[in-house]
Amino acid sequence: MRARFVLSEMAIGLRRNLSMTVAVVLTVAISLAGLGVAWLMREQVNTMKDFWYGKIEVSVFLDKNVTQPQRLAISDELDNLPQVEHVFYESKEQAYIRFKQQFASEKALVANTSKDALPESYRVKLYDPKKYQIVASAVELMPGVDQVADVNGALKKVFRFFDGIQRAALVVAIVVLIVAILLIFNTVRLAAFSRRRETGIMRLVGASDLYIQGPFVLEGALAGLVGSGLALGLLALFKIVLIDHGLQSAFGSNITRYIGWDTVLYTFPWLTLLGVVIAALISAATLQRYLRV
Amino acid sequence: MIRFQGVTKVYPTSARPALDDASVEIEKGEFVFLVGQSGSGKSTFLRLVLKEEKPTRGQIWVAGKDLSRLSHWKVPALRRQIGTVFQDFRLLPNKTVHENVAFALEVIGKPRHTVAKVVPEVLDLVGLAGKEDRMPDELSGGEQQRVAIARAFVNRPMILIADEPTGNLDPTTSVGIMRLLDRINRTGTTVVMATHDSHIVDSMRRRVIELDQGHVTRDQSRGVYGYAR
Ligand SMILES: Nc1ncnc2c1ncn2[C@@H]1O[C@H](COP(=O)(O)OP(=O)(O)OP(=O)(O)O)[C@@H](O)[C@H]1O
Ligand SMILES: [Mg+2]
Repeated sequence: MRARFVLSEMAIGLRRNLSMTVAVVLTVAISLAGLGVAWLMREQVNTMKDFWYGKIEVSVFLDKNVTQPQRLAISDELDNLPQVEHVFYESKEQAYIRFKQQFASEKALVANTSKDALPESYRVKLYDPKKYQIVASAVELMPGVDQVADVNGALKKVFRFFDGIQRAALVVAIVVLIVAILLIFNTVRLAAFSRRRETGIMRLVGASDLYIQGPFVLEGALAGLVGSGLALGLLALFKIVLIDHGLQSAFGSNITRYIGWDTVLYTFPWLTLLGVVIAALISAATLQRYLRV
Repeated sequence: MIRFQGVTKVYPTSARPALDDASVEIEKGEFVFLVGQSGSGKSTFLRLVLKEEKPTRGQIWVAGKDLSRLSHWKVPALRRQIGTVFQDFRLLPNKTVHENVAFALEVIGKPRHTVAKVVPEVLDLVGLAGKEDRMPDELSGGEQQRVAIARAFVNRPMILIADEPTGNLDPTTSVGIMRLLDRINRTGTTVVMATHDSHIVDSMRRRVIELDQGHVTRDQSRGVYGYAR
């Protein structure tokens, strides 16, 4: 294989089809960036879930006049549920102490709350917070239970919002990926057409597929590589602008965590590989149709 | 060297066979003219030898190989043993004479020192020494065809196929091209040439195979172009 020959033929091809090649590079970049954003959103949601679910308990608040046998029955029922990881009992006194700590800065509120205004409760930690409904329905109607509260419910809306972004990014990625594939297909077809004299002679004198198709496939792979490079830049921008300066400055770091650069960097080799492989494969497949020996 | 046995070729888009039950045997080192009216199947015959087309029926052997058993990836190796020349020269307009000939070697992976040595030799052989750096549009038709012949012959093929190589040339230039093909034939290369040029066929007195609507109607050693027409 004479690399010099294939490389110089590739350079000629790239120069001839500059505008089409630029289009390929841009669409590959946008679709890969879309994929990357979708993945980062997924990771961001997971990070948030890890952070929040670690703190979430299902609270089973008890009636004011609950009896000891009722308490035991409820606690037994919770203990026996397979979804339950751990059950803590919180008495009225403990609830009041926690309340005081939580609202230490709001003295008026604490002063206006009597010592036994807060109900006693079982705080239940689940293996999988999403199984909340099963636990709730198991104890909801038992005598002595006032109500079952799910902290999870409020968060669902937030998660739905991020899932929405993730899905939108995925849709954009897929649509643009299709555009990219069609563009690569068309570019390679045009390139093959503009070089049909050369390839015709190559076939005639017995050049192998590697020599005939190599420059075109390399051309595609190179466009894919440059496109991936741009996509990585776009992703880095996404991380800086939307996560670091957007989310983090809006919500701060107390109520949740954010994906770090390690997560972003992790996507880089995969996106690059994907861009190069897709572009090269589509090029090769197109050539199978237009440069048959 | 080339053997057709009961070969029929029907193109998908036409009802009439382009070649109909043709059987021909061409020995190593022969010089063969393929003659016949336009549409009689000469170019089809040559394309079948190159495995650019597959026969509908029948078998073809080229250089000892049964083409129907030749897998796709071995076709390039077959074509390296066959040089090809056309009426329209098929040179690359943006490459010099030297580059055009060198291209044929580069694309089959010949090392650079071989290319540097062999290309001037073959250009000398075809009578183009001193014109290596011209572009094709700076050459006469005859000279362009010499470049094409140099390109076809530079890899020393066993077979040279020429489809109306003098079709675009005036009679005097054609004679020069025929001398060159004759010289190549005398190096042991089998030459198969399709032509309409009766003067050339009559003056060369080589084997003549005539096709008529895809049938072999005449096969004559030391033949002439045709009977009174
Ligand atoms: N690719 C093709 N598809 C369909 N029909 C074809 C094709 N090539 C040739 N033919 C038909 O096959 C027949 C033989 O064609 P061919 O080109 O072999 O003739 P030829 O003897 O070379 O003619 P000419 O002297 O004009 O070059 C003709 O009827 C032609 O129309
Ligand atoms: Mg013809």
